[in-house]
Amino acid sequence: MAEDILMEIKKDYVLSRIKAGERIDGRRFDEFRQIKVQTGVIEKAEGSALVKLGNTQVVVGVKMQVGEPFPDTPDRGIIITNAELVPLASPTFEPGPPDENSIELARVVDRGIRESEAVDLEKLCIVEGEKVWVIFVDIHALDDDGNLMDASAIAAISALKSTVVPAEKFDAGDNFNLPVRDMPISVTSLFVDGKFIVDPCRDELSVGNYLMTITSDRNGNIVAMQKSGSYLLSEEKFYELLELSITKAKEIRGIVESQLESQLKGD
Amino acid sequence: MEKPKLIIDGKRLDGREFEELRPIKIEAGVLRRADGSCYLEMGKNKIIAAVYGPREVHPRHLQDPSKAVIRYRYNMAPFSVEERKKPGPDRRSVEISKVSREALEPVIMKELFPMSGIDVFVEVLQADAGTRTACLNAASVALIDAGVAMRGMITSVAVAKVDGQIVLDPMKEEDNYGEADVPVAFLVRNGKIESIALLQMDGRLTLDEMKEAMKLAKKGAMQIYKLQREAIMKKYSKECEDYTKDVTSEVENDG
Repeated sequence: MAEDILMEIKKDYVLSRIKAGERIDGRRFDEFRQIKVQTGVIEKAEGSALVKLGNTQVVVGVKMQVGEPFPDTPDRGIIITNAELVPLASPTFEPGPPDENSIELARVVDRGIRESEAVDLEKLCIVEGEKVWVIFVDIHALDDDGNLMDASAIAAISALKSTVVPAEKFDAGDNFNLPVRDMPISVTSLFVDGKFIVDPCRDELSVGNYLMTITSDRNGNIVAMQKSGSYLLSEEKFYELLELSITKAKEIRGIVESQLESQLKGD
Repeated sequence: MEKPKLIIDGKRLDGREFEELRPIKIEAGVLRRADGSCYLEMGKNKIIAAVYGPREVHPRHLQDPSKAVIRYRYNMAPFSVEERKKPGPDRRSVEISKVSREALEPVIMKELFPMSGIDVFVEVLQADAGTRTACLNAASVALIDAGVAMRGMITSVAVAKVDGQIVLDPMKEEDNYGEADVPVAFLVRNGKIESIALLQMDGRLTLDEMKEAMKLAKKGAMQIYKLQREAIMKKYSKECEDYTKDVTSEVENDG
């Protein structure tokens, strides 16, 4: 209950700042929080990354196994993305089976990776129709200070970039780096007072979960979108946001890639 | 599996033009027990929607003293698809239920029904791509049939990119082998598209293609909207007719 009242007060404050053309933490409307990517944080995983987006923290671990391909794609590896919103990450998260929010999170991150064809799944076929590599991408939220979506997407692609396929362990030849050829970047914005603010933090979300996620690939193509939250979006605003999201994604991709480059050089 | 050619001689596999919808059939008030209902066919999709409520909410702690709680359940029958679907909600249906509910929530006048719940159940009896959009169209008619106050109609349609071409209302083959799929739902009010209520996308589109897709979606939505309206008008004009008949026969019998 105390949380509810606090949220109500925060909401008025957030709205008054936005009306004045400012955000509560002093960011511009199109400014992300600071991004920090650390790969290789879990030695037992084939690939991993811890991402801090301001105070929001997510760790993604990649595990790989040999498995049977899907009948309709006998010559391709498989990616399975899962998200757990563990109660440690927020007072509002409950233990138990994944709820609609964690399912949505996992599926939207998955869509970005899948549709950008970031991972070259054809190189993950061992014996056609029998044996292929199965990639498990597990998103583990640690601290939800807003916009777990973009933090998870960055962590997932970073973890994949750092993944070494454990072929020796499965008697399938030499270990090799997972073939990752694109970097989908999602940009989530909060729709408030007829405006968009990117990368909303927890307090800003007190106005409501009026979110739109747009994921684009290296060439500026749109590869995934998700309107999330009970609100109506005008068509003009949507076009405005499309352009903003693609531009923003380029900038974020640059930041993430430069951090990854210095960390993954050794491989 | 090899990707088949989806556009031959400028026509789609089922003979449709790029901007052509599949045949649509909508009937309101098809279920006895539900407060509102709708049966809808969109190509080979067969959808039935039911609305219960406004009614008491169970469990009680979900009640909201300021507005109605909306629940939306998208469910596929095990026999609705080529390969039998395991009954019960999977991750896909959970996500579809969430975004569909979120599309209806701002349109239903929830504040008129505090402490109560409005349940929307949609069953996919047969699926052939675009089920979430077909379901929303049926749900919207069922809500109106139930007499739930709404700000307007939700009308939904998908647009796809197949063989490099933006097409309206993709069917199964186009959805499976297409390059992109964009399901959209609009709020239509006073006969005009007012805003976007649902928007998802997967695949790969340029900015210009996305704009073209939206244009096509709007065009398709207006055609569907007319059919939704007709279905409701038909049901209520029939009800009026039946009522008038009853009253006249009573008067005659009395005489």
